[in-house]
Amino acid sequence: MSLSKPNTLRSGPDERGRFGIFGGRFVAETLMPLVLDLEKAYAAAKADPAFQAEIDFMQRDYVGRPSPLYLAERLTEHFGGAKVYLKRDELNHTGSHKINNCLGQILLARRMGKTRIIAETGAGQHGVATATVCARFGLPCVIYMGATDIERQKPNVFRMKLLGAEVIPVTSGTGTLKDAMNEALRDWVTNVENTYYLIGTVAGPHPYPAMVRDFQSVIGNETKVQMMEREGRLPDSIVACIGGGSNAMGLFHPFLDDTSVKIYGVEAAGKGIETGEHCASLKGGTPGVLHGNRTYLLQDDDGQIKDGHSISAGLDYPGIGPEHAWLHETGRAEYVSATDKEALEAFQLCSKLEGIIPALEPAHALAFVSKIAPKLPKDHLMVMNMCGRGDKDVFSVADYLGVKL
Amino acid sequence: MTTRLDRRFAALKAEGRAAFVTFITAGDPDFDMSFDVLKGLPAAGADVIELGMPFTDPMADGPAIQASSQRALRNGATMKKTLELVRRFREGDNETPIVLMGYYNPIYHMGVDTFLTLACEAGVDGLIVVDLPPEEDDELCEPAMRAGLNFIRLATPTTDDRRLPAVLANTSGFVYYVSITGITGSASPEARNVAEAVARIKRHTPLPVAVGFGIKTPEQAADIARTADGAVVGSAIVDAIAKELDSNGKAKPGAAERVLGFVRRLADGVHKARAAAAE
Repeated sequence: MSLSKPNTLRSGPDERGRFGIFGGRFVAETLMPLVLDLEKAYAAAKADPAFQAEIDFMQRDYVGRPSPLYLAERLTEHFGGAKVYLKRDELNHTGSHKINNCLGQILLARRMGKTRIIAETGAGQHGVATATVCARFGLPCVIYMGATDIERQKPNVFRMKLLGAEVIPVTSGTGTLKDAMNEALRDWVTNVENTYYLIGTVAGPHPYPAMVRDFQSVIGNETKVQMMEREGRLPDSIVACIGGGSNAMGLFHPFLDDTSVKIYGVEAAGKGIETGEHCASLKGGTPGVLHGNRTYLLQDDDGQIKDGHSISAGLDYPGIGPEHAWLHETGRAEYVSATDKEALEAFQLCSKLEGIIPALEPAHALAFVSKIAPKLPKDHLMVMNMCGRGDKDVFSVADYLGVKL
Repeated sequence: MTTRLDRRFAALKAEGRAAFVTFITAGDPDFDMSFDVLKGLPAAGADVIELGMPFTDPMADGPAIQASSQRALRNGATMKKTLELVRRFREGDNETPIVLMGYYNPIYHMGVDTFLTLACEAGVDGLIVVDLPPEEDDELCEPAMRAGLNFIRLATPTTDDRRLPAVLANTSGFVYYVSITGITGSASPEARNVAEAVARIKRHTPLPVAVGFGIKTPEQAADIARTADGAVVGSAIVDAIAKELDSNGKAKPGAAERVLGFVRRLADGVHKARAAAAE
């Protein structure tokens, strides 16, 4: 439960799990009692200081938090404008921000007495993070992953298997993230007794969008403190890439009431929004209902869900978290996009100038930074969430660049 | 106000037999064959027809119904064509209730008011929308009731006695008991468990209770029909349609008749169930 203060943008969702008209609990009856149980269990855990202490301890000693806030001097110099900071969530254990959420949810699943964990994954980062916490806490783990994604993210598939997870290829639809999520929901509806569905992004039925956001808010909370230490003031703008939008929500949420801070979410424009081959749900979609919540979706004239396209498997989702849909409609955050090509350029630029190989997902955020930073004054403080590292992407990037390994 | 569903279940009750409820996906594998099967269902013994509204992401359905949705969509199925099937069916049959079953997004995308107007005009009697629990009743359930349509809710093994009243509150026509925790067309239910569950639901409502998910053979259908007011068969019929397709996905000659022959055997199972039990 959140304290509702007047004039705050941080009190959502309401008791029906809605942010404005977005969110909700659009699930089959079989799952409804589970979703209500989860809501209760999460509210109780949130109110229990011992639960937060357990998370804090694991975040420090297992994940390696806080992640540094790093002044990217050479990128800043290259752009010649805004002072660009990178929030280094790619340095987390397992290489992305996904572990923040997995840790919170696995501790909750244990409190609830669940004995089997399932999850969906796109790029494999959430699958790896889930498999990791399952290994750490000794729980069996089943990961649903689209067959197309398995092909383009082989290193992560092997990592999951090393961690003891069973990886089930999903061939329905186009074999990407949305199909993996359908299949995970089918598993959950079948194994309601013992199974906990560990959703990886700020989507799904209430309470997932709020819960995942809360677990990811450590990113924005740390950024605030670190920026005050470094610069003595808040940043002027914050930037993050968006697939489902969990790293972005984690960075944005603590800043929602700080109206001086400009907020930018960067969607994947794929081959260009005008081509129709993209994953930009806000820029190129319309409101609809999928996977338990109302949000912006890529869909055709008949309300059938369209497949997204992105060079980045982690952004390849035809929807977006409902709180983002709300922030978009209220105008508090601005949603922009970057193409495959722009992301690839940023990927190489960051590797060469900073010695940081970014994941293709935050490379989209950096592509946008490279567009606006040069036009901003030198005292403009900008924070970009470097939400994952690019080790997993080197093979597919080599492919795109026509390099034989 | 009595609806076709009310009248049909009342008549069956008077005859002392259970309803045979059939499911097919609209436009599977294409509009014409789908219409041939649809219009033949009543003569093959279907008492109530559930017509699936194809959707790209049928989260609660197993492989058979997923594939049927994909076949239909590949061959141009849309919500408007689904309603056109119903309208044409009604030209020849004004008695057999038709319930549209599916997911909320295609309805939401069309607009709830437009959808309800067109559905009523076409001759639809009720709706089953899998991803609209009672918590979201203001979305479609309440407007549908005002439009005179029955809104049929799914009750499941996880719907306990505490929750059941909420699930039943705005339900009309009949209650659809999902006999297993799982997706359509998967594990088959134990008849004894189903009987207990049906009795439990009936303690809370005077509405007829139909049972579905996992019923595949005439024998299983008969087992269910002994204790429930209706038995629903979906995946097995949809599978029978899939078996009638050639390598290009086109229906073989005589396909609809053979599918309806299978439906007739299932119907016999349901209709003779209680007579056989009484002997």
